Amino acid sequence: MTYLIKGARILGGTPQDILLRDGVIAEIGTGLDIAKGTEVIEAGGLIALPGLVDLHTHLREPGREDAETVESGTRAAAAGGYTAVHAMANTEPVADTAGVVEQVWRLGREAGHCDVHPVGAVTRGIEGHQLAELGAMADSAAHVRVFSDDGHCVDDAVLMRRALEYVKAFDGVVAQHAQEPRLTEHAQMNEGEVSGRLGLAGWPAVAEEAIIARDCLLAAHVGSRLHVCHVSTAGSVEILRWAKSKGWQVTAEVTPHHLFLTDELAATYDPIYKVNPPLRTNADIDALREALADGTIDCVATDHAPHPVEAKETEWAPAAMGMIGLETALSVAQAAMVDTGLLDWVGLADRMSVRPARIGRLTGQGLLPEVGVPANLTLYDPGERRVVDPADTVSMSRNTPFAGIELPGRVHAAFLRGRPTVLEGKPA
Amino acid sequence: MSAASVPPHSSSPDGDVSHKSVLEAPDIRRALSRIAHEILERTKGGRDLVLLGIPTRGVTLAERLARRIEEVEGHPVPYGSLDVTMYRDDLRMRPARALGRTELPPGGVDGRVVVLIDDVLFSGRTVRAALDALNDLGRPQAVQLAILVDRGHRELPIRADYVGKNLPTSAKETVRVLVEEVDGRDAVVLEAAE
Amino acid sequence: MKHHLISAGDLTRDDALLILDTAEELAAVADRPIKKLPTLRGRTVVNLFFEDSTRTRISFEAAAKRLSADVINFSAKGSSVSKGESLKDTALTLEAMGADGVVIRHSASGAPQRLANWVRGSVVNAGDGTHEHPTQALLDAYTMRRRLGDLDGRRITIVGDILHSRVARSNMLLLKTLGAEVTLVAPPTLFPVAVGSWPCEVSYDFDTVLPKSDVVMMLRVQQERMNAAYFPTVREYSRRYGLDARRMAMLPQHAVVMHPGPMNRGVEIAAEVADSPRSTIVEQVANGVTVRMAVLYLLLGGSEPAIGTTRTDGE
Repeated sequence: MTYLIKGARILGGTPQDILLRDGVIAEIGTGLDIAKGTEVIEAGGLIALPGLVDLHTHLREPGREDAETVESGTRAAAAGGYTAVHAMANTEPVADTAGVVEQVWRLGREAGHCDVHPVGAVTRGIEGHQLAELGAMADSAAHVRVFSDDGHCVDDAVLMRRALEYVKAFDGVVAQHAQEPRLTEHAQMNEGEVSGRLGLAGWPAVAEEAIIARDCLLAAHVGSRLHVCHVSTAGSVEILRWAKSKGWQVTAEVTPHHLFLTDELAATYDPIYKVNPPLRTNADIDALREALADGTIDCVATDHAPHPVEAKETEWAPAAMGMIGLETALSVAQAAMVDTGLLDWVGLADRMSVRPARIGRLTGQGLLPEVGVPANLTLYDPGERRVVDPADTVSMSRNTPFAGIELPGRVHAAFLRGRPTVLEGKPA
Repeated sequence: MSAASVPPHSSSPDGDVSHKSVLEAPDIRRALSRIAHEILERTKGGRDLVLLGIPTRGVTLAERLARRIEEVEGHPVPYGSLDVTMYRDDLRMRPARALGRTELPPGGVDGRVVVLIDDVLFSGRTVRAALDALNDLGRPQAVQLAILVDRGHRELPIRADYVGKNLPTSAKETVRVLVEEVDGRDAVVLEAAE
Repeated sequence: MKHHLISAGDLTRDDALLILDTAEELAAVADRPIKKLPTLRGRTVVNLFFEDSTRTRISFEAAAKRLSADVINFSAKGSSVSKGESLKDTALTLEAMGADGVVIRHSASGAPQRLANWVRGSVVNAGDGTHEHPTQALLDAYTMRRRLGDLDGRRITIVGDILHSRVARSNMLLLKTLGAEVTLVAPPTLFPVAVGSWPCEVSYDFDTVLPKSDVVMMLRVQQERMNAAYFPTVREYSRRYGLDARRMAMLPQHAVVMHPGPMNRGVEIAAEVADSPRSTIVEQVANGVTVRMAVLYLLLGGSEPAIGTTRTDGE
């Protein structure tokens, strides 16, 4: 099927026509001829972005299909403008073998909504004691390049060193969930003025920053790449800036919710705001936005974490941690970065598609729209505004912290190698 | 001109025509004096007598009566206050309100002749509440009621034993008793309906 | 509509004084032959106790019964909750029973606030996790007032595990509202990181603060905190922060000693101090019933509550 996208503003530029044929961008120009059998998509007023790439998503399958499946999660990803996602390894069973990662990879292909790149666990069972078979996962059909024990920190310094060294053999990268476990035992929310007032155990910023500092130094020492998951504090930003100034191969991501929401929301004791790492303060939000703007933080990653209703409809302490985010990521990023003048659409495309694809060593994704590249494309209307309604999620789960908040923008269409996964704002 | 049995003496100090003062300080003094004598007569010289005022202004009146009786008889008469808020039948019609003071004289009420004292007798519900409150505090020999102003419109079978002044009113009018200790002056004021 | 008592911080000065003054008038009920008032007749009060606390539960039960309310006691042990029933489902059951007031004690901070989303009745916080215990603060303030008079300008010192103490939080907020000056004393490990933003003084030195205190309130210190390295040994804690006879002698003549109970005799408070005439520990218990009567009356006795309280979500 051939598609002609008419009048889209590529990366926010002047309106142009884009012809998609045989899975690639065949032509870009104005007033392109429409051959017979071409489907025309009116894209006046829409921004054309390279398909978004998420470095950090939880698809929950295998094991927690009551919260999400590969099929429903990738359908939600497409609805959010994503053409590729990295599925974290903390499933049941854990994705620590070639067998499990291949299963997840296959489920993604079958669903067909976007590319699924399974993340391999760093340690067996994510127990933090023994390295998992990283090589086997790298050589599998799933072609794993990103490894993470996300959910848990690889806090053993020796183990982290070994992992950083080992993955060099296949150009892999360890993505660390930075959380010193002893400093955060039974932690419920950011440690600060609010936690003291609410009587909830605190998760101090230093527990994240200390691990990041250690890992940057380790990565430099052994000459490895390091990726830092969900950076959440101003202090972490300073450490990353320092590490990058040294020329070390450190990359980092930030979630949409950490760019937008503060720990004050916990005052309602509604666990919809409970997440790991926790929401922090306005000062942290400002530092994170600045860092994303200047590239100290390389990309936005959703940390989409679906949970069934009963896991969140409780008192704060026993509630599960996590927020969904695939469907609102682009809107939140627009509100936090573009509408505030911190980034333009070129910059946003870089942070939400180009860089994450590069970190994940993806080919064919994260490429700016040019003739000849695979047609992974998102059409987005930045002008529309809507109030987020949890009843409306494409994801199986409803735990969005943006419920009731008015956000800008809506994804109109998404294409995966020239085939539409979303048309007119609905799954195709 | 008011149709009341007692002609108004003057309009209220700020010249508002809808306020009429129907009793002034001298009238009140005379009324209380008469009530004091009547109480002494009917209780055979104040034997086993206890005066209990219903807050707020009933308490002031009870104090004055106690003093007057002591002047006449030469020995003190026990008095106190009885707050009826918790026993009111209209509690659920308004937000919960602050409580007044309940203070029984030493010796309590058991076996005594209790005279309840209030400023205005209207529907009779306050007195009914007072009777219930009194019931939980002890067992008086008898209970009597002294009232400064009876304005009619009883909703319960309650009547006063001692009345300062009978004042026929329309249900929509308001009768207020002012006392020097609380309001700065003595007066009974009739306010027209809104 | 506002109709809960969840945090002491939600009471205005007028609210707090109204509760204390009402309690003054209700205190006499305890000495009467008929210890009953008809005010809450026909109202149902549920005691929802997820944490064991016989003393507090009995106190609320006595308060409700003295006001002629019907009381239903629900304790988590052996109930459907221990079999995994959620707070929400428990709440819906209470709703079906038509509870006018729910008194809740729970180990999770914020549980009363969550409960308030699911019941129509008034929620009274009887202690939630390490967050607040507003009726404890009210009975403490009532006790102080009875012993010392007006609390404006009084200097209150609270000593103990401030970090984990709901009693400390509620007391600090309420006493501030009533015009008192509060000083918190503890080793640095037992203060929240942001205590500097609280409306009170902070000290690590008990001895310096003692001679300037009108009230010393000792908080229970749990031995488990030693295992989490909050202090090295119970002995060292007791030596540096315990109220023994030597320290009691440093207090001004009129000063009183308080403890919310239960006490660790010999740890935070010496036996001779607990049993001295300065100690209000026994009268705090009696005052608890009176103050809780005042709270229940003001919340449930009229057409709507007479004291301002926290909102539920969605307001």
